[in-house]
Amino acid sequence: MSYKTIASIANDLATKKVSSVEITKYYLERIKKFDKDLNSFITVNEDAALSSAKAADALIASGKAHPLTGVPIAQKDIFCTKGIKTSCGSKMLDNFVSPYNASTIDNYNAAGVVMLGKTNMDEFAMGSSNETSFYGPCKNPWDTQTVPGGSSGGSSAAVAADLAPAATGTDTGGSIRQPAAFTGICGLKPTYGRVSRYGMIAFASSLDQGGIFARSAKDTAMLLNVMAGFDEKDSTSVNVEVPDYTANLNDSLKGKKIGLPKEFFNQHLDNSMAAAIQDAIKEFEKLGASVHEISLPHSDLSVPAYYVIAPAECSSNLARFDGVRYGHRCENPKDLVDLYERSRAEGFGEEVKRRIMVGTYALSAGYYDAYYLKAQKVRGLIRDDYKKAFEDVDIIMGPTTPSTAFKIGEKAADPISMYLSDIYTISVNLAGLPGISIPAGFVNNMPIGLQMISPYFKESLLLNFAHQYQTATDWHTKTPEGF
Amino acid sequence: MEWEVVIGLEVHAQLKTKSKIFSGASTQYGAEPNTQACAIDLGFPGVLPVLNKEVVDMAIRLGLGIDAKIAANSVFARKNYFYPDLPKGYQISQFELPIVGVGHLDIMLEDGTPKRIGITRAHLEEDAGKSLHEDFLDSTGIDLNRAGTPLLEIVSEPDMRSAKEAVAYLKVLHSLVRYLGICDGNMQEGSFRCDANVSVRKKGAEKFGTRTETKNLNSFRYIEKAINYEVERQIGVIESGGTITQETRLYNPDKNETRPMRSKEEANDYRYFPDPDLLNLVVTAEQIEKVRKSCLNYHNKNYNVSWKSMA
Repeated sequence: MSYKTIASIANDLATKKVSSVEITKYYLERIKKFDKDLNSFITVNEDAALSSAKAADALIASGKAHPLTGVPIAQKDIFCTKGIKTSCGSKMLDNFVSPYNASTIDNYNAAGVVMLGKTNMDEFAMGSSNETSFYGPCKNPWDTQTVPGGSSGGSSAAVAADLAPAATGTDTGGSIRQPAAFTGICGLKPTYGRVSRYGMIAFASSLDQGGIFARSAKDTAMLLNVMAGFDEKDSTSVNVEVPDYTANLNDSLKGKKIGLPKEFFNQHLDNSMAAAIQDAIKEFEKLGASVHEISLPHSDLSVPAYYVIAPAECSSNLARFDGVRYGHRCENPKDLVDLYERSRAEGFGEEVKRRIMVGTYALSAGYYDAYYLKAQKVRGLIRDDYKKAFEDVDIIMGPTTPSTAFKIGEKAADPISMYLSDIYTISVNLAGLPGISIPAGFVNNMPIGLQMISPYFKESLLLNFAHQYQTATDWHTKTPEGF
Repeated sequence: MEWEVVIGLEVHAQLKTKSKIFSGASTQYGAEPNTQACAIDLGFPGVLPVLNKEVVDMAIRLGLGIDAKIAANSVFARKNYFYPDLPKGYQISQFELPIVGVGHLDIMLEDGTPKRIGITRAHLEEDAGKSLHEDFLDSTGIDLNRAGTPLLEIVSEPDMRSAKEAVAYLKVLHSLVRYLGICDGNMQEGSFRCDANVSVRKKGAEKFGTRTETKNLNSFRYIEKAINYEVERQIGVIESGGTITQETRLYNPDKNETRPMRSKEEANDYRYFPDPDLLNLVVTAEQIEKVRKSCLNYHNKNYNVSWKSMA
């Protein structure tokens, strides 16, 4: 399969080799052809896509286009889109059409980027396999018996199968980086506060961050230029200038220090995975960087702390889905309590209910100090671990996941084993740091991801490292057969 | 047996801002139902609160007016409970760290002696909407115009010893918030409303008796009557060998009585936790100074003089 990059499409549009309508139709055709089986999209609105493609073509013709005007991408179905269904992968919002756009959707619209459709995801972004979606599991194009990861599984599968040249995602505990690793593409989770959360349906507000799936570091940088930025509608967004993320891609890595946390190469990691990651790190040594062992001593506490904080916040964030104003409402409620109980029992799936229950418990009188407060203290320790580590190194690397993509159904009945698939990504959310996963080889013909973590707001550095690696290697150009 | 009455008051003063505490929607009273509620007030998916800076200055004004310490750092927390007029399933309030700390108000007793009433704290929060039970047959209407209206909840110490003292305190506070320009004080419209914590104990006893909280008091006359009713009721219960249950009660002005709210309505564990959508509220010394200068004459002592002359 040959694929197109954002950079090449942008170039073809600018030089009028292709029109936005043509390239949009190309992807819509591919979606029609391949997505019945893959199930990476929840909603494809051809008319809306083509009408924005037409508008983009007019803008290009008028000479007033942004570098990405007319480029089509897919949006995770967690971002509210005015006039087009936003389901968040849930029966609860199967009938929900937002009256407003998420701020990031506005950003993409303002740049003239075309939306192909809304991608499949774990329900309310709770899951690591896309199996909790009300719309059914999405498949991994590298092996359709396996999961594409989650929660942004639809976005990762769509980009891996070239049903879209890029897509957005959200990452609360690894929901961009883990699916990117499982499907052999790039996935960037920016610094908490770099990308607006307004209109991005909340799972765990202090951890959620929107980001990008693309083929290459360069494509990711081009999209981040559009997606990132301060938003006065989001009090947690940070007013830091948005640099041109493509500007430092070609910087030399000579003299840069890479830290390898010994805790990331532990008993959870497959041996063949460990070897592949070590190979990838050798490439960076060839590029002039030096490698140092470091320690993040509280790493083993990140999963337990996360599974207190994230459910606690979700139990409160999801209280608004009560059947009163929008979303699913049960038939013929006999009174108020019945309305609440049945609407929520029918509208939410099992994993969402599990987390609401856990979170409600963790915040309850008598348990708050033992669970929520303690988890927040652990979060502080994890943040300090990273802070200390970055006094000695420029960037931290390790595997994105402990293994390659698992089989559909394999972990669905075992939540703890599912939760552990995010063991290397979760601490990055707890610390609020930026992280990226890039393709770094294969184990048993399945792609693996190298995770890189930088200090706050140093996305440019992550993209610089990623681009240099992709200049020296070709893992990111590999595509699954049959698409 | 001689009984001593102990009263503490929680006043909700609606702040006189043009827009809501966390959204740009209007706070104008009396509009058609649900015409002044935006997506944020309606608790739509993905929306986020942004603090209206004006309410902070207003809270500082009150703090200065009651000689209180103003917190350099206060925290908005979520108070979680389900109710149809509470769109998000939680109310954004302040819990452990309120913006206004310990202060006091001086009142004058009937015999002309002054008395100082302690104020425990005052915190910022959003109001809920209204459930309209009477207007519809077999169903309840929800009006969310009021949802997100800014409130300052002012909590007194249990320093008042009679209904008359409670009313005297409320009248001083009522004039103060109007004088400071932070609340229109319209009690009929609910802009200034009060819950009364009432208990009785034997004269000379050190320990407080068990208290009840009476809600829904929106006129000085009703407050006095409700407290007096509650005092008589509690003394009656104790004297006939019973004990007082700690509970929330509602005052019914038509019957001039209080009755307990159904236990379901109050059996809540609110699961407070800091709202992750909002940053800590930071108030600088400069900001306090700026507000102080803008309302120099509102200072408590000067103010009381003016209130006395008004009275």
